[in-house]
Formats: sequence, C-alpha cells, structure tokens
Amino acid sequence: MSLLSDLFAQLGPKFEQGGPLERWYPLYEATDSFLFHSSRVTSTAPHVRDGVDYKRIMITVIIALIPCVVMALWNTGYQANSALTQLGIPLPGGWRGQVMALVGCDPDSLLSNFIHGGLYFLPIYLVTVLVGSIWECLFNVIRGHEMSEAFLVTSLLFPLTLPATIPLWQVALGISFGVIFAKEVFGGVGRNFMNPALVSRAFIFFAYPAQISGDRVWTAVDGFTGATPIASVAAAEPGGVMTKLGFSWSQAFLGTIPGSMGETSTLACLLGVALLLVSGIASWRIMLSMALGGLAMGLLFWLWPGGDNPLMELPPHYHLVMGGFAFGLTFMATDPVSAAQTRMGQWLYGGFIGCLAITIRVANPAYPEGVMLAILLGNVLAPLLDYFVIQANIKRRAIRHG
Amino acid sequence: MIAHLFEIVFRSLFIENLPLSFFLGMCTFLAISKTVKSAVGLGAAVLVLMTITVPVNNLILNKMLKAGALAWAGQAEIDLTFLGLLCYIGTIAAIVQILEMFLDRFSPGLYNTLGIFLPLLTVNCAILGGSLFMVERDYSLVESMAYGIGAGGGFFVAVVLLAGIREKLEYADPPAGLRGLGVTFISAGLIALAFMGLAGF
Repeated sequence: MSLLSDLFAQLGPKFEQGGPLERWYPLYEATDSFLFHSSRVTSTAPHVRDGVDYKRIMITVIIALIPCVVMALWNTGYQANSALTQLGIPLPGGWRGQVMALVGCDPDSLLSNFIHGGLYFLPIYLVTVLVGSIWECLFNVIRGHEMSEAFLVTSLLFPLTLPATIPLWQVALGISFGVIFAKEVFGGVGRNFMNPALVSRAFIFFAYPAQISGDRVWTAVDGFTGATPIASVAAAEPGGVMTKLGFSWSQAFLGTIPGSMGETSTLACLLGVALLLVSGIASWRIMLSMALGGLAMGLLFWLWPGGDNPLMELPPHYHLVMGGFAFGLTFMATDPVSAAQTRMGQWLYGGFIGCLAITIRVANPAYPEGVMLAILLGNVLAPLLDYFVIQANIKRRAIRHG
Repeated sequence: MIAHLFEIVFRSLFIENLPLSFFLGMCTFLAISKTVKSAVGLGAAVLVLMTITVPVNNLILNKMLKAGALAWAGQAEIDLTFLGLLCYIGTIAAIVQILEMFLDRFSPGLYNTLGIFLPLLTVNCAILGGSLFMVERDYSLVESMAYGIGAGGGFFVAVVLLAGIREKLEYADPPAGLRGLGVTFISAGLIALAFMGLAGF
C-alpha cells in the first residue's frame, strides 16, 4: 500500500498544472482520492477542521443504501423464483438459466434468491456505472473539473428505481440523459437543480412506458404477469378492495412484493433513514413533512365519501409502504442539492411532495405511481420556495429593525 | 357547469400549459425570467391581458366573424372567418394600448409594475395562441373567460418557476457554448418533463 502511495505522490506533479499530463488530472485525482485520503492542506485562512467532506457525505449515503441494495438483490430473486415455481418451470432460459442451474431456483433458499437477483441487478448496475462514468470523465477531462463521488450515489440510486426486466440499452440511454442534461450542462455536482437519477428514470418512463410500467415488467420471468400492488388495486373493482389486495401491510413493509428493484422494502429504507439522520446528512424536516403530507392526503382520500376509485379505499398507512414512497422520501427528496435549502422552505417542500405524490397516485389514472413525478415537481418548485422564504425573512427583519 | 369551468382552468393551468407543453410565447418566457421579481410582473401582465383578450375575441368571433354571425345586422349570409387572424391580433394590440393608457391614468403603481411588459406582449404568440385555441375548441363566452384565466395563470406559474430556477442557476457553471439561453432552454425542457407528471388527470 505504501508503495502505491509513493507512486501516486511521485506521479502527482506530472498531473498538476504545467505538468505534461495536466489534461488527465481529473482521472489522477479521482483514483488518488478513491484510494487515499486527500493530502491537500490549505495554506491560507479560513481553516475548517472537520472530517465531513464531500467524499464522506457520499460514502455515508452509499452505506445507507446498502440495506436497500441487499433487499433489491433478495427480493428480485425471490419474486423470480416464486414465479418460476408457480409456473412449474425449473430454470429460466438463457445464460441466467445456466448460472442458476448450479444452485437451483428455490424461493425458500436465501442463496438462490440472492444469486438470481444479482443476475438481474448487476448487469443494470454495471451498465449504469460504465456509461455514466464515461460521460463524467469526458466532461471532467475536457473542462478540467475534479471527479466527484456524487456519481457513485446517482449510479446506485438509478438501478434501484428500475424494474428488473428493463432492457440494458434503455438503462444506458437513461443514465446518459440524466448525467448530461440534468447535471453536466449545469457544471456538475452541486450546480444542478434536479436529481439526475430521477431525471434519468423519468426520461425512460416517458420515452419507453411499455418497458417500465405494466404488468409484465415487475417480475423477472418470461411470460409471467404480476402487477405491482398499486396497479392491482387500481384495477380492482370498487368496494372490498382490502380483501382483494393479496398482501398484508407487514409484507409491504418488509418488501416481499413486486415492484421496482430497490423501492419495495420500507424496512430497508428505514435503516437508511436512521443512518442519514444520525449522521445529519439528510434533512429530517423534509422527511417528516413529506411523510405527514402523504398521510394527510391519504387520510383525506380515504375519508372522501363515495367515489368509484378503488385507490381511495386504501387506508393512509398503506400509502406509506406501497410503491416508491419510502424510497423517494429517504433518498430522492432529501438530495441536498435539489431540495429546498431554507428551513421553512424544507417544510413546505416536503409537504408539497407528500401531498402531490399521493394525489397523483390516487387521482391521476394515467400514472399508477406518483412519487417520482412529485419529487421532480418539488425540485422545480424548491428554488422558488427558498426565494419567497428569504424575501419574507428580509421583510420581517426590515420591519423589526427599521 | 362549475365543475366543467374548473376543469378548463385546471387543464389550461397545468396540463396544457402554454409555454411548457405547447412551447408558445418562448421569446418573453426566456428573455424576462432572469429574476423572480420581473417574472412576476410579466406573468401578471400576461394573466390580465389573456383574461381580457380571450373573451373579447370570443365575442368578435361569435357576433361578427362566424358564418351567420352577422344575422343581427341583417347580413346572415356573410362568412368572415377568413379575417379571424387579422382581427384577433388587432384586438390584442388595441387592448394592450387601451389597458396601458387606462392603467397610466388610474393606477400608476400597477402601470409601473407592468408598464415595460405590456407593449412587449402585443405580439406575444402565447396570447394570440390563447385566442386561437379558444376558436379551435369552440368555447362559449363563459368558457373562454375560464380559459383566459387558466392559460394566463399557466404562463404566470411557468415563468415564475423558471425565474426561481434561473436565480439558483446563477451559481451554475455551464460549458461556454451553453451559457445564457442554452442552459435556460434546457431548464425549460426539464421543467416541462416534470410537468408531464400532471398530464392525464
């Protein structure tokens, strides 16, 4: 290790300004700071002594995502294995079948579930990382910016919001759009106004709705139709929806239901919430107000008299564990760059997203799921909320102090 | 009836938003959205103007231009629909002038807020577009009032949202070729992407 460190210290000057490899500094810097702690020391004031830098923040978010990734691996495999058992097929076709032949497809086996899930999750993740980092490198090398760890978070969030059966070229297209048009054109991390992972997903969602919504995409088995719980509720006859739901609240809470890979488990998200709150990285105001907004809206729809909309019969606490609400609340809405910055603004921002997410889910027949779209609209609204909060503050202080 | 009117307002506000889903009125939308303050002024001017011009153009269409509309003057066989475009834009220009003089005389405060934007709006395609959509969809007078409010309000919402984002983007660092309008266009596109979430209600 010290050999490597010395090598990097030796190579360093070549990449610095004026060196022969100046152009490739971003790549050197990325590798160096990925492997070692930054050796840079500030020479002039102000000196801030704090262990939390950009790298630490992003790594913490990634650790907070680990429960969701584990759940994504297990649940994708579990859903696929259960579907295979139900259809009476011993093994899936193609190269996945050859790998699965080694362990067998058994929904009760932990190992088999993980491997089967991994066979779906890893290709998507690899494509995201590969394509996304090519664009990142291109922009950073040309513009002389340093590589940012934030892309590691984006590239992990994005696959978790996708269904397991998404074609890989769509993954590549989506992450390209998100990285270029939602982030790099604005100058990279911290300067964008929308969450790049969500923009990527929204782009594929609108461009190729067949592969990202619909019954056939949620379970990774050819020919198996299984809707997400929200979609099956929406399609149910009004009256007696709860009896036809086919799963219990605790199942949805644990996440053993079909859905996008990482978003099904509220429990895994809660573990992430705990870490993000303890480390102080995500805003508890946004989380709380979004949950309250969602609950309030769910309650309103639930108590609304009559109506032929089956989704209205869902009790409010079901709304919190279904679909991507918990995942969006934990990792998407709290993105510190695209969320509101002022305290009052954060309350309003979270409440707005919570209310709108449930409204789109229940009242909008075109989209079965509203969380992603609500957060995007929240991102659009956030700067304006901040603006008005700041203006109100200026006015108040002007009155108080003359 | 009320529900129907509400639906027209809601649709034109969010779903068929003139700048964000039809990309009408882009010139003023992009030019005067640098700061929230001026965007509010522009939005208010568009809102006031559309609330007036759409119903007025509706009256002109139904009482003068449509086939058989001149029956009240004993000329039932005349069809002047081909003059439509000319009449609508003329009406809009005239109303802008009248409104300007009126505000200057009676409400100098509002005049100073809207003043600079009103003349700009004479040839704004969103405002003409509002009247043309009214013709195409065959709205009645009451419906066109609702549509005017909704469409003008939609422009207001869109331009203020864009201005908020542009104030935040002061800190952005786009590539040289995209500075200014380029990045504004992309932002407008991303806002439109987010607004697609409201389609289908």
